[in-house]
Amino acid sequence: MTALQQATEVVDPVPGAQAPHLPGQPDLVQLLTPEGERVEHPEYSIDVSDDELRAVYRDLALVRRWDVEATALQRQGELGIWASLLGQEAAQVGAGRAMEAGDMAFPTYREHGVAWTRGVDPLHVISLFRGVDMGGWDPIAAGLNLYTVVIGAQCLHATGYAMALQRDGAEHAALAFLGDGATSQGEVNEAMIWAAAFSAPVVFFCQNNQYAISVPIERQSRVPLYQRAAGFGFPGVRVDGNDVLAVLAVTRAALAAAREGQGPTFIEAFTYRMGAHTTSDDPTRYRLGGELEQWKLRDPIARLKAYLSRSGIADAAFFDGVDAEGDELAARIRKGTVEMPAPAGTEIFDSVYAEQTPELARQRAEFVAYHEGFEEAGE
Amino acid sequence: MTQKLALGKALNLGLRRAMEDDPKVLLMGEDIGRLGGVFRITDGLQKDFGEDRVVDTPLAEAGILGTAVGLAMRGYRPVCEIQFDGFVFPAYNQLVTQVAKIHNRSRGKLPMPIVVRIPFGGGIGAVEHHSESPEAYFAHTAGLKVVAVSNPVDAYWGIQQAIASPDPVIFLEPKRRYWEKAEVDLDAAPGPLFASRVVRGGDDVTLLAYGPMVKTALQAAEAAAEEGRSLEVVDLRTLSPLDLDPVFESVRRTGRCVVVHEAPLTLGLGAEIAARVAETCFHSLEAPVLRVGGYDTPYPPSKLEEEYLPDLDRVLDAVDRSLAF
Ligand SMILES: Cc1ncc(C[n+]2csc(CCOP(=O)(O)OP(=O)(O)O)c2C)c(N)n1
Ligand SMILES: [Mg+2]
Repeated sequence: MTALQQATEVVDPVPGAQAPHLPGQPDLVQLLTPEGERVEHPEYSIDVSDDELRAVYRDLALVRRWDVEATALQRQGELGIWASLLGQEAAQVGAGRAMEAGDMAFPTYREHGVAWTRGVDPLHVISLFRGVDMGGWDPIAAGLNLYTVVIGAQCLHATGYAMALQRDGAEHAALAFLGDGATSQGEVNEAMIWAAAFSAPVVFFCQNNQYAISVPIERQSRVPLYQRAAGFGFPGVRVDGNDVLAVLAVTRAALAAAREGQGPTFIEAFTYRMGAHTTSDDPTRYRLGGELEQWKLRDPIARLKAYLSRSGIADAAFFDGVDAEGDELAARIRKGTVEMPAPAGTEIFDSVYAEQTPELARQRAEFVAYHEGFEEAGE
Repeated sequence: MTQKLALGKALNLGLRRAMEDDPKVLLMGEDIGRLGGVFRITDGLQKDFGEDRVVDTPLAEAGILGTAVGLAMRGYRPVCEIQFDGFVFPAYNQLVTQVAKIHNRSRGKLPMPIVVRIPFGGGIGAVEHHSESPEAYFAHTAGLKVVAVSNPVDAYWGIQQAIASPDPVIFLEPKRRYWEKAEVDLDAAPGPLFASRVVRGGDDVTLLAYGPMVKTALQAAEAAAEEGRSLEVVDLRTLSPLDLDPVFESVRRTGRCVVVHEAPLTLGLGAEIAARVAETCFHSLEAPVLRVGGYDTPYPPSKLEEEYLPDLDRVLDAVDRSLAF
């Protein structure tokens, strides 16, 4: 067997489940099995109270409910598009909850679960997908940068932000989110080189959901992604992205190391995009239904629910309460979406520059006069 | 033989024919193989030509254009798809500093027969970076040729002509017109690629457009005709090199000229065209050349795009101003 064959040897990545198309990997940090059994890991332990466990479950369930509602709203023509996080709730909520006040997240376009943990109102995120604005929340106040659609660009921003934290002696860290496909971008690789060169307090959190739209991970990498970190000179770790406790533990440790001056970490959260890439996508064109069925067995929410029920940490009344809360949230999102005011046309001109230019002021005035002309004509 | 085809399907058939005609033609891009592209322009091509000729690339645009250079050096004809206009910029360095200059740098020893297909323009209700009109960046770069098709006939023939061209061609596809249909003659090309074309005759004002705005210009001419005004519409088709002789001929007759594009006004194609028309037709002009374009702002969120994009009313408003001058 050649070294290449060895490196890409097909091994089941998640114990007990078949995923024969995926490259082999020996280490997967897991604290909760797909069946909902608590297991220990030699390097990563976690101490969470029962209250916190219930709160984590609530986050997962509410974020999924939001996502389901947004998909429905798109189908009904209320949103232009929606990028679903279905299946990635644990990766996002786990990573988001590992952050402290003062840490800064740099999301892609799919990190609704992170937005939720940062306290950003879902309607802000929805407004972007409705085409009303570009998100509209205050990035610094929220500790969550605006969504970045150009693949990978935010990894350099996170690194620069981390360099600023370092200069300021602030004991915080930046958390850059990226997808498996993004790891192929030159800018992402530059970010990791910069982070290493300056030992910047940044953590790269890669959700390997196995696909970049239709393109499977094998086209981006023939080694497990977390192993790339070694080449840049910092630790890489693969965590079961559908295990919220493991994600929380691994991300907490990486952020703590960054805050303490130990430099960057690359986390590969091994997960699966259970829905379409976006509502514009048709995944039946490029993946087999059987694959989705396999991953449903590793559902991130079902496994925490199984654990909480079996261990008696949560009872039926608790789960019913979360469901009811989910329905209220969905109703609030629906109402807020359909009632969202359309933006004023002049917004096109108003924040292009910090100091408005004479030419743009002229175009704005012309725009206003032109539209007033229609109103006067009663059109 | 003619066939009624949507613009997107015409591109698909044109690509297919180019691949049949020349085994050196390769398609490269994100999601173009199995998925057939996010707009399905390459639908079915990987199935018929194989994974080696319809290549699903890693997610890296600099890589797509950079490797296309090396492939072209050994005689391949890469046809690169950039998924959306706003995602061409990681490849911009390769395009401007390498693809555009290599023929000149090598004194003609290394031709770069690369085609870069880019769905461009707005009007589809998309999020940021999916509605851009970046043509001026490329038209400003010596060594690149830039075309923008407006209809299925030019899509079918134009893509084949671009692939056959020995020079690098930025091939702009009006994404919001992908579903517009027309009869396409599959046997005879309607003329050369790098030429503009009068698509509607008229006497009062010359209206210039390309890509998605040609339809808007034709609608404006239709509406103007109802009010007794006769607009001549020219589909520019080629943005670099520009082919303005038919425009000059037209403006000498009409004395008035309006240029329309979605791209921001300042330093857009309209600026160059206005300068050349003024230089060449100065004594025939009855009014300054007017431009209708996007504003000098980032492309807005989709709820505002109707207000941003030139439409029939804004074109007619400019026509009125030209006639009133
Ligand atoms: C520079 C750039 N190229 C192409 C795209 C179009 N695009 C949007 S999402 C996507 C796939 C991203 O895959 P991945 O990084 O794995 O993230 P995921 O969507 O799976 O979360 C592509 C190609 C883009 N947004 N930016
Ligand atoms: Mg992915």
